[in-house]
Amino acid sequence: MTDIALSTKGLSRRFGQLVVANDIEIAVPRGARYALIGPNGAGKTTLINLLTGMLRPDGGHIFLGGEDITSLAPETRVKRGLVRTFQINTLFPNLSALESVTLAVLERRGDANNWRRSLPHFKDAIDEAYGILQTLLLGDDCERPTRQLAYGQQRLLEIALALASRPKVLLLDEPAAGVPKEESGELFKAVTGISSDITVLFIEHDMDVVFRFAARIIVMVAGGILVEGTPAEIAADERVREVYLGSHHG
Amino acid sequence: MTMQTAGAAFNPQQVLRAQVRWRLIETIFWAATLLPFVLTPNYLVLCSQIAIAALFALSLDLLVGYSGIVSLGHAVYYGVAAYSAGLIAKAGWGEPLTGLIMASLIAAAVGFLASLIMVRITHFALIMVTLGLCLLMYEVANQLHDITGGDDGLQGIRMWPIFDMFRFDLYGRTAYVYTLIALFISFLAVRRVVNSPFGLSLRGMRENARRMPAIGAPMRARLHVVYVISAFFAGVAGALSAQTTQFVALDALSFQRSAEVLVMLVLGGAGRLYGGLIGAIIFIVARDQLADMNPQYWYFWLGLLLVVVIIFLPNGILGGLARLVSRKGRLS
Repeated sequence: MTDIALSTKGLSRRFGQLVVANDIEIAVPRGARYALIGPNGAGKTTLINLLTGMLRPDGGHIFLGGEDITSLAPETRVKRGLVRTFQINTLFPNLSALESVTLAVLERRGDANNWRRSLPHFKDAIDEAYGILQTLLLGDDCERPTRQLAYGQQRLLEIALALASRPKVLLLDEPAAGVPKEESGELFKAVTGISSDITVLFIEHDMDVVFRFAARIIVMVAGGILVEGTPAEIAADERVREVYLGSHHG
Repeated sequence: MTMQTAGAAFNPQQVLRAQVRWRLIETIFWAATLLPFVLTPNYLVLCSQIAIAALFALSLDLLVGYSGIVSLGHAVYYGVAAYSAGLIAKAGWGEPLTGLIMASLIAAAVGFLASLIMVRITHFALIMVTLGLCLLMYEVANQLHDITGGDDGLQGIRMWPIFDMFRFDLYGRTAYVYTLIALFISFLAVRRVVNSPFGLSLRGMRENARRMPAIGAPMRARLHVVYVISAFFAGVAGALSAQTTQFVALDALSFQRSAEVLVMLVLGGAGRLYGGLIGAIIFIVARDQLADMNPQYWYFWLGLLLVVVIIFLPNGILGGLARLVSRKGRLS
C-alpha cells in the first residue's frame, strides 16, 4: 500500500436535483502535485469545500492520512493538516499582512486563545510569520493593511496564510485567479517553492501551467471524475478533448 | 514607512510592539480625568455617570468594534449587575468591592448563557435576538415587583464605606474616585485583551469570519469567551451605577440604555478603545447641557449630531482625528 495523504470514497453531494459531487474517489500520494481541472461548474470548488468541511457530504468518506475526517469541523481539519486557499481573496482587509499571518501561526500553535499576554510577547510566532512573508516576497509590504496590497500580492498572501498552518495537504483553489497570464508564472513560482513534504492539489484553468506543474491531473465533469492520469495521458485522452479542451478554455 | 524600514534591519516584532505601546496622549487623557476634582468639583456626580457610561461603552466595543458583532441588548448585562449589586447590598452585604465583583460575575454568567444562543446567529437575526432578550429581561424585572421594586426602582440600598474608611459622600467625591479607579483598571484589562493574540483573533473574525475556520480558528469558542468578558465589564458598569447612586431604576435594563451606549460608541469611534470613552463624555455632557436649555429637544440635537458624525466621520470622532493626524504626518 502506497503512502496516501488524502483520499475519498464514494463522496457525494447534491443541491436539490443538481448533483455537484457524484461518487468521487481520489487518492493523492504524499508529496504529490495534483491538478484538478474541468469546465466551469464541474464541481471543482465544491470538491474542495467538501474536503475541507465547509460543505457536508450527503454520503461517502474523506481520509487524511489513514484517518477518517468526514465528520470533523473545518478548523479541526486545518489543525490535522488539511488546509486550503480561496479562489476569491478571502483575507483580512484591515489587518496588515504581518498581523494576518501571525494570527494564522498563533492559531496553529494554539496560542490564539491567550488573552492574558500581549501580542509582542509571542516573538517566535511573529518571526515565523515574517519568515513566511519573506519567502513569498511580501516582507517589504508586511506592515501595510491587506486592502492596500496589490492584487497579485493578495493572491500570495492567500498562500502565506495557508502555509502558516503548516499543511500536510494543501488545496489551492485557482491560486492565479484574476492574475494576468504574464504574471501567473510568478505566482506558480511560489507554488513550486512549496516544500515537497506538502501534498498539493490545485485547481487551475491555464493548461500550460497545469502541464508544467502537475505530476498528475484529475479531470472533473458534471460533479464526477471523468479520468485521472499523467499530463501526457490527459492530453491524449479523447473524452477530455471532447468535454474540456474542445470547449472555449485557454 | 516602508521606505524607512527597507534600509535598516527590519524587525517585525518592533512593528507589532509599536502598535500596542502606551502613548503619551493616553497618559494625558487619564491625567485629565482628575481635573474635575479641581475644575468642576460640583459636577463630580455627573463625572461618575460619565465614567460608568464610558466603561459600559468600552465593554460594548469588545463586541461591536473588535469582534464585529452587533448588539442592541447590551443593557441586559448592565441591568442584571445593577440589580445584583443592589440586592446584594440590600441582603446585608454592603461591602462595595466584593459586591462589585460578585455582581459582575453574575453578569458574566448571564453573558455566557446568552452566548449559547448568540454564537449560532449573525447579522439581522442577532440584532433582533439581542433586542428581544433586552425587552424580555426588562419585563421580567418589571413583573418581579417584590424583588426589584418594579416601576418604582430598587430602593434602600446601603453601601458600607470603601475599606471601612471612605464613605460615599453627598458631593460624589468618593463615588468618582471609586468609579474612576474601576474604569481605569477595567480599561487596562480590556486593553490587554485587545492587544493579545485573542484580541487579534477577534479582529480576524470581524474582518473575515469565513477565513477564520480556514486558518484553524474555533470561532464559537472564541465568541463564548468574548461575550463573557464583555458582559463582565458591562456588569462592572451596572454595579458601579447601583452602588454609587444607591438606586436601580428599571431603565437600567431598557432598550433605550442599550441604544444609547451604542450611540456613544459610534459617536466616539468603535474599535479604538478610547472611542467609547470619548463618546460617553460627549454624550453625557451634551445631554446635561442641552437638557438644561430645553429638555424636550435633547433628542433632536442628539439625532442631528449622530447624523452629522455618521455622514462626515463614518469611523467616529476618533476615526476622524486619526485620519487628520495621519494626513498631517504625510504632509510634513
